[in-house]
Amino acid sequence: MSLLGRYEPFVSRGTLEELRLVAGKLAGRRIVTVNSTAVGGGVAEILNRLVPLSREMGVDIHWDVMKGGEDFFGVTKRIHNALHGKAETFTAHDYEVFRETTQRNLTEMDLDADVVFIHDPQPAGLIDARRPRRGRWVWRCHIDVSAPQPDIWEFLVAAVAKYDAAVFSAPQFCTNLPIPQVMITPSIDPLSDKNRELSDDEVDVILERLHVPRDKPIVTQVSRFDRLKDPVGVIAAFRLARQYVDCRLVLAGGSATDDPEGAEVLAAVHEAANGDPDIHVLELPPTANIEINAIQRASALILQKSLKEGFGLTVSEALWKGKPVIAGAVGGIPLQITHRYSGILTHTVQGTAFWIKQLLNTPEYARRLGENGREHVRTNFLLTRHLREYLLLFLFLEHAQERVIRLS
Amino acid sequence: MNPPSEQFHFYSSLDLTLLTNRRARDLPGLLAHIKEVPGSAIYYHTHHFLVQHQYLSPEPPNDFAYWVTNVLQEDRLGEQLAAIDLAQFHTIRELRERLVSLIERYLVERSALRVAPDGEEFHFRESASFVVSTGHSAGDLPEFADVMAEIGFGSLAFHFFDARLRLSNGENDFSEWLGKALGETRLARAVARLDPYTYTLDGLRKEVVRLVRRRLSEQKA
Repeated sequence: MSLLGRYEPFVSRGTLEELRLVAGKLAGRRIVTVNSTAVGGGVAEILNRLVPLSREMGVDIHWDVMKGGEDFFGVTKRIHNALHGKAETFTAHDYEVFRETTQRNLTEMDLDADVVFIHDPQPAGLIDARRPRRGRWVWRCHIDVSAPQPDIWEFLVAAVAKYDAAVFSAPQFCTNLPIPQVMITPSIDPLSDKNRELSDDEVDVILERLHVPRDKPIVTQVSRFDRLKDPVGVIAAFRLARQYVDCRLVLAGGSATDDPEGAEVLAAVHEAANGDPDIHVLELPPTANIEINAIQRASALILQKSLKEGFGLTVSEALWKGKPVIAGAVGGIPLQITHRYSGILTHTVQGTAFWIKQLLNTPEYARRLGENGREHVRTNFLLTRHLREYLLLFLFLEHAQERVIRLS
Repeated sequence: MNPPSEQFHFYSSLDLTLLTNRRARDLPGLLAHIKEVPGSAIYYHTHHFLVQHQYLSPEPPNDFAYWVTNVLQEDRLGEQLAAIDLAQFHTIRELRERLVSLIERYLVERSALRVAPDGEEFHFRESASFVVSTGHSAGDLPEFADVMAEIGFGSLAFHFFDARLRLSNGENDFSEWLGKALGETRLARAVARLDPYTYTLDGLRKEVVRLVRRRLSEQKA
């Protein structure tokens, strides 16, 4: 079976046909895409799917990876943090390391292409390789840059402004740039371990292994132990709701051993849980994709009570499993949930508690929210839509001033 | 795009969303931007819901109504914006004027206005629409019904919304072809009378196919 054919059970034939149509319009164009890692991390994960799918449809796309030493990736890690708004100091040496590594990569990469598609800050400086009147360059920003540290943003914008377009994941990341800005939201892969169908038996075995009984409705939040995900607020909301409806709470997140701030939050979570046998705090390794999948499928209700959020793709993961989701109205979450149609948006502990109680007591309405949510993800947050928009983006670069573009 | 001829050629409209870096926190801000944004932004905020939300339950038809109701909690204006009968508009300009007049009238009557909480501002976006031939065509009613039953949502969006509102083709392409090329005036009228804004695209597709198949049964009888 073709790679694209494997998505046929999830999307309509018309959707796949539209994808092939757009891919066909890119015939004769050479595309190069560059990021900073071949494995690990969301960007590599998505490119590992999108590049082979595009090539199968005849798109001439090549994927290259930025090479750098520890010093370079140390600097870019801090750049990443500073773009997220965390205070970092940068020295002249840091900038020099960044420029030197960029120059070294420039001598090794073949960036002579019709479209050069660069991901995130690490390879952003490669734009210096651009030859006059040759190829179009687009910078794809996967991170939340709504409140960046000004000095590092200025440094980055000096490079980004030389591109033909920039792509962001949510409208609030849009900023003042002299180039067109495109919104392409992230996506989930229905074939990945985190999202594929699981049998009831598989779910049972995994829940048993995690020591989570299925004797009463499970309310779950999957996210790292971070204050901005408000796990302590989740426990408070759960306790308010449980006065009226019997249920269990699962808080599943990554282990916090190498993250001092995470360890602090985890300690606060354990303190708030106070040994309550109905509250399960699970520290899972980053590879626990099937476990997360099983926990979500076993849940009656899923929370994402974030106080601040990038895109919050765990919401789409939960909706894809047909689960009703209650989530904070922050970051990219309102793009995934339309309040009271495909989920519930809340702002407070009390509001979250109210809706936990409400949805557990009205399973028919909760089921309908879940069904709508799944359909919303099917149309908007599956990999196939993501791929179509990337292909349209490559075509858009040739028509950036037009708003109705006829492709012959 | 589809001049009357024996064949109906199915086109598709596929959208890419552009960010405008314009945002509103309150009604006066929303109004000011609605007056200035490109037509493709008005189109985006009144139509993307229909393409993106293939729901079982009815949907708020446009972003302005949704934001005014759910974020600003100005329910009365939200209801008026939601009730705008999009099917009556033949140009984006007329639609923009209607939005402006409703908000302006409301602002005259209201003095205490709410401001959106941080992070819930209205972000203006616009559509870049790619029009592409699907390669499918139909020369008679049975072929038309067969293609309609399988065609992607982008094609329905193009022939129902874009053709009428952005390319000013008058009525929707389907009814035009049914009437002018096939002489099926009664069927054409029935398809023209559908309010595409009150269906999901899948529901709309099913309704057109049902009308065409009913006509085919009548022909056989």
